[in-house]
Amino acid sequence: MSAGAITAPLALLGRATLGLLAATGRRALFAGETIGHLLRPPFYAREFWLACLNIGWLSLPVVGMTALFTGAALALQIFAGSTRFSAEQVVPSITAIGMVRELGPVLGGLMVAARVASSIAAEIGTMKVTEQIDALTTLSTHPMKYLTVPRVLAATLCVPVLVGVGDVIGIMGGWMVGTTRLGFNSATYLKNTWDFLEFWDVGSGLVKGAAFGFIVAIMGCYHGMHSGRGAQGVGGATKSAVVAASVAILAANYLLTEAFFSA
Amino acid sequence: MIDLRALTKSFGSNHVLRGVDLVVPTGQSTVIIGGSGTGKSVLLKCILGLVEPDGGTITLDGQDVREGDRDAFLARFGMLFQGGALFDSLSVWQNVAFRLLRGSLQRPKDEAREVAIEKLRRVGLSPDVADLYPAELSGGMQKRVGLARAIAAEPEIIFFDEPTTGLDPIMAGVINELIREIVTEMGATAMTITHDMTSVRAIADRVAMLHAGKIRWEGPIAEMDETSDPYVQQFIHGRAEGPIETLR
Repeated sequence: MSAGAITAPLALLGRATLGLLAATGRRALFAGETIGHLLRPPFYAREFWLACLNIGWLSLPVVGMTALFTGAALALQIFAGSTRFSAEQVVPSITAIGMVRELGPVLGGLMVAARVASSIAAEIGTMKVTEQIDALTTLSTHPMKYLTVPRVLAATLCVPVLVGVGDVIGIMGGWMVGTTRLGFNSATYLKNTWDFLEFWDVGSGLVKGAAFGFIVAIMGCYHGMHSGRGAQGVGGATKSAVVAASVAILAANYLLTEAFFSA
Repeated sequence: MIDLRALTKSFGSNHVLRGVDLVVPTGQSTVIIGGSGTGKSVLLKCILGLVEPDGGTITLDGQDVREGDRDAFLARFGMLFQGGALFDSLSVWQNVAFRLLRGSLQRPKDEAREVAIEKLRRVGLSPDVADLYPAELSGGMQKRVGLARAIAAEPEIIFFDEPTTGLDPIMAGVINELIREIVTEMGATAMTITHDMTSVRAIADRVAMLHAGKIRWEGPIAEMDETSDPYVQQFIHGRAEGPIETLR
């Protein structure tokens, strides 16, 4: 076997690794630049409120529905597992902890990524290919300040609120199944939920929500700003934004869970 | 006066500008002609800082455009983009008054709206259009709104990027007349890029032809038809035969 046959796969792996690191670095620099602009005026309040409406308020139905069904299914699964150990009484507390620590923020973040990262990337990508971003610059308005900063700030502030609302709806989903299908007493279910839930269970989920909101908006804006030409370019940017945001959310979730809960 | 010296710009192996030397005199209307893909738009974008040139210098009234206060520099310019580049999420009057609603030129909202409506009237649009959104307008109306936005802050220098592309001949004529009138009454320095010879004759005081990344010919509009330059002659008469290679 020649040396080339051995080194070729390694070279391929090396190129792929360097490419991944470079892509991650470009997104990190973009995030850093966004934070830099966030700390310096001017600040566009109208754009911020519109972004809050789009990212926060209009995402509420999809996040709420996701949380409701997830909480209900989680209660059923925990009940099915806990009956093997005759520990059915843990259903309310484990459902609540599972929702607020993990499923609420992660699934909420992924749903927001699907809905918001795609719309931000498509909107900014279209603005790029129709020269609207160049027009902003010629009108003495920095595109990062006008387009990126309001969306990133709105997502970072609104997604934790969505996660909080989703947590409540998810717990209610578990309560509905618990009281109607699994034979739990309503008051006992709610008491067990409340008694075993700690502040940091909820707090860690909200912090994750803020991180995921930041990631979603950064990915949407980055891929929109770097969109290719034409409909295919905008379509590609939209797809890349959702994929990148979803993968980054799952990776960040692991890292944050390690940071918050590893012994 | 805008002075370009040895300006170069490449995109990968595509050398778009290969040493452009050009002077755009103050208060005159200069039109850059040239075939598609010859770098006319890149030239405009280099001046505005939307594209970073690889080499050469660009000075405005003797000062390097890359030095000094960028906001103050941009405040001297207005630009009409090829497709209008109107902001979809803003109404027509908010588009026109964009510069007057924020930044160093900010005015009270009512005053900005009044200026926007006055500029819309100037380009032949009624005040009824002010509260519509760009998607509700025809291509010609979008161009007019773009023109109103370009002149809203009464800039010293106005750039027009393919102002008549995509318009029918009558609407193109209307836009050409508007550009000529507005540039004259404002006393602005204008730089237009186009390959529409009707526009050139309607708008230009001076003409420069960009070919193969360099200024091939420049001079007053009156001398354009008399020049013996075969490239200019082929271009202005739209001949398929000549020194400019054409794809068939």
